[in-house]
Amino acid sequence: MSTLNSATLNQTRTLLRFATAGSVDDGKSTLVGRLLHDSKSVLVDQLEAVARTSAERGFGGDAGGLDLALLTDGLRAEREQGITIDVAYRYFSTAQRSFILADCPGHVQYTRNMVTGAATADAVVVLIDARKGVLEQTRRHLSVVNLLRVPNVIVAVNKIDLVGFDQKVYEDIVADLHKLTSGMHMSDVHVIPVSALEGDNVVERSTNTDWYTGPTLIELLEELPAIDEIENEKEEFRFPVQLVIRPQGGLAAGLDDAVYRDYRGYAGQISSGVVAVGDKVEILPGHFKTSVVGIDVAGKSVDTAFAPQSVSLRLADEFDVARGALIGAAGTLPEPVNLFEAEVFWLDPRPVEVGARVLVKTGTSTCQAVISQIIGKRNLDTLAIDPADKIEVNDIGHVMIKLAVPQPLEDYRDYRRAGAFLIIQPQDGATLAAGIHTNLQLVNYTI
Amino acid sequence: MSQKLSDSRLDLLDTLESESIHIIREVVAEFEKPVLLFSGGKDSVVVLHLATKAFWPGKVPFPVLHVDTGHNFPEVIEFRDRTVERLGLRLEVASVQDYIDRGVLQERPDGTRNPLQTLPLLEAITKGKYDAVFGGARRDEDKARAKERILSLRDEFGQWDPRNQRPELWNLYNGRHLPGQHVRAFPISNWTELDIWRYIEREGIELPPLYYAHEREVYSRDGMWRAVGPVSMPTATEVVEKRLVRYRTVGDMSCTGAVESPARSISDVVLEVAASTLTERGATRADDRISEAAMEDRKKEGYF
Repeated sequence: MSTLNSATLNQTRTLLRFATAGSVDDGKSTLVGRLLHDSKSVLVDQLEAVARTSAERGFGGDAGGLDLALLTDGLRAEREQGITIDVAYRYFSTAQRSFILADCPGHVQYTRNMVTGAATADAVVVLIDARKGVLEQTRRHLSVVNLLRVPNVIVAVNKIDLVGFDQKVYEDIVADLHKLTSGMHMSDVHVIPVSALEGDNVVERSTNTDWYTGPTLIELLEELPAIDEIENEKEEFRFPVQLVIRPQGGLAAGLDDAVYRDYRGYAGQISSGVVAVGDKVEILPGHFKTSVVGIDVAGKSVDTAFAPQSVSLRLADEFDVARGALIGAAGTLPEPVNLFEAEVFWLDPRPVEVGARVLVKTGTSTCQAVISQIIGKRNLDTLAIDPADKIEVNDIGHVMIKLAVPQPLEDYRDYRRAGAFLIIQPQDGATLAAGIHTNLQLVNYTI
Repeated sequence: MSQKLSDSRLDLLDTLESESIHIIREVVAEFEKPVLLFSGGKDSVVVLHLATKAFWPGKVPFPVLHVDTGHNFPEVIEFRDRTVERLGLRLEVASVQDYIDRGVLQERPDGTRNPLQTLPLLEAITKGKYDAVFGGARRDEDKARAKERILSLRDEFGQWDPRNQRPELWNLYNGRHLPGQHVRAFPISNWTELDIWRYIEREGIELPPLYYAHEREVYSRDGMWRAVGPVSMPTATEVVEKRLVRYRTVGDMSCTGAVESPARSISDVVLEVAASTLTERGATRADDRISEAAMEDRKKEGYF
C-alpha cells in the first residue's frame, strides 16, 4: 500500500463519480474487483473475508481463487444467490483522484439501476464482451447514458485476451460503436481493450496490446473532467432556494447579535454556473430583479461561487423569497410552464396511464401534477417513439405533464439539474419515475 | 478563499462538504421534526460540525439524541455534554440501563449492549415524534451500509428493507412518508474514513481524547486490545499491560477495541489511517465480527 498512501494525502485531489453498466457475463463484477484490487483499495480484512467465502463456495476462477464480485455484493441474499440486487457504492482512490463507483447490476431492473447510477455520474463505463461485440444491450445502455447526458462515456472491450488480443476485433467494435453513437449525436466515446481477468489495461498497461496507444481505464478516469467543470462553462447561474436563514434570536454561539441580527441569507446548492458578488439576478416566481451583495460558504464570505457549492446568498433587496423559489442570472430565466413534455424512466412496478395524479419534485419545489398525455415509449433498439397507452416499469415513456403550479423547468439537454424531476406517488410517497424535461415537439404525435 | 472563475474545480473535501450541507438543509426544510443521533464519536461530531455550517449564522435548528448504553467511555460522555452545551443545543438521552433496570431489556450473555440500543432508539423516536433522524453512518464502513440510501425510509418498527428502497436520483431527495414512518438521513454517506480524518484536520474539529494515542491498561482479546474498565474486566487468564493505544472507532467499552498507535496528533492519525491495511470496523469492533451480515441483520431490525 505504501506507493499509494503518500499520494492519498495529496490535498488538491478531486472527486469523480462513475457508474459501471454491463451484465455478469460481460465480466463487470470482475472488472470492478480488478479496479479495486489493483488500485490497492481492498484492505486485508476485506480480502480475507472474500478469500474465506470464495473457498467455502469452491470458487476456482478469477484472480487466483478470489471471487472479486464478493467485494461489491453486500447483502446476505446477494451472496447467497450470487447475484447483485441493488446499486452498490464503492470508494477508492489513486494518487490523482478519489472515486465513487456506483456498481449497477445488469440483469434485473437494469433501467432502474442504470438510471440511478447514471443520474449523478460524471462518467459511465459500459462493458462489451470482445467475443460478442456490440449487442442490443450495449445499444440500450448507451441510449440511457445518452438520454441522461452523462458527459464521459467509456466502453471497455473486455475479454480481449479471449480473442488473442486481436487488433482487428477491437477496431471492428470501434467502427460499430462509432456508427451507433454518431446516430445518437453522442460526442467522444473512449474505447479501451481490457482483460478484467488478467488485468490488461485496467490499472496496469498491457504488454499484449502494443497496437493500442490510448490510456488505460484508470488513467482515463483520472483525467476526465467532472460534470460541473464542463457545465459551469456552458450553463447560466441557477440557484433553487432550499430555505431562508434568518437567525433572529437563534444565533450560533459566540456571534455578535449586533452584526447578525438582521442577517437574511437564501440557502441552497448552486445547480449550475457561477455567481459573483455584484451580479444582477432575477427571482422566480415574480421575475423580481436585484443583485447579490454577499455570498457565504459554510460561514465564510467569498467573492464568487460555482456549482455544486452549497452557499447562502445575500441580496440587495428584500422580497418574499421562500423554499421553492429559483434565483438565476438576470434575463436568463425561463418562463414557468404548467404543461410540459418529458421523458420518464418508469421505476415503479405499478404502470401509469393517462389521468394519473402524481407529484412532481424539481429543484426544491414539489407540486401536484397529472399525466395528461402519453405520447409513446422509446424503443431502445430503434430509438424511435413507439405508440403506447401505458408506461410500465423499465419503460422510457414520452409524456405530457400538467402542473398545478407553473414551474421554471428547463430542457435537460441545456440544464441538467434544472431539467430533472421526480414523479412521486402522492399517497405512499414512492418514487415512481425519474423524469427529464425535453422538447422534442412530439406533442402532436398521434396515438 | 480566493477562487478564480477559470478554476472552477472543487477539491474532494469541499465537494463532500457541499453535498452534506445540501442534504442537511433539505431534511430541515422538508421535515417537521428532525433530530441528530449524537454519540460523541467522530462521525457524528463531523455531522454536527456540518450542521453548524449549514445554518450559520443561525444555530443548529434541531436537538440531539444519544442512545446511552451505559457502557460508554466516560471521556466520551464528558465530551458529548461539553459540545452540546457549547453549541446551545438540547440533548435527549435514551438510556439502555433504564430499560434493563425496568426489566424491559435483558443483558446478553456476551455482555455486549450494542444490539440493545434499537428499542430505546425507536421508542425515543416515537415519543419525540421525530420524523427524520440524522446519523453519521458511512457507506464505506460496511457492505450492508454500501447499499443504504442517503434518505432511508423506515416503517413503524424502524425496519430497513434493503430490497425495496427508493431509487435516489440527481440531488433530488424524496423524504415523503406515511404517519408512523420515519426517515433516517445519512449526510456523510459518501465520505470515507480518511476523508473524515482529513476534514477533522482541516477544520480543526475537537474530538474525545481517546482517538489519539495515550497510555492505557489493556488486555488482548479476539486479537484486539480491550480497555480495563467496570464493564470490560479481563478474565483470570488475560494479562493486563500498559500500552500506547488509540481508538479508531468509539463504541461501547465492552465491544470496542483499541489499536496500538503512536499517533498523538491529528496529522499523525491522518498518516496512520492512510497507511492502514485493515478497515476500521474489522480492526476494532467485536460486534461486527459476529458474522458477515452482522450489520445487515441489525439494520433490518431498526439499528443504524
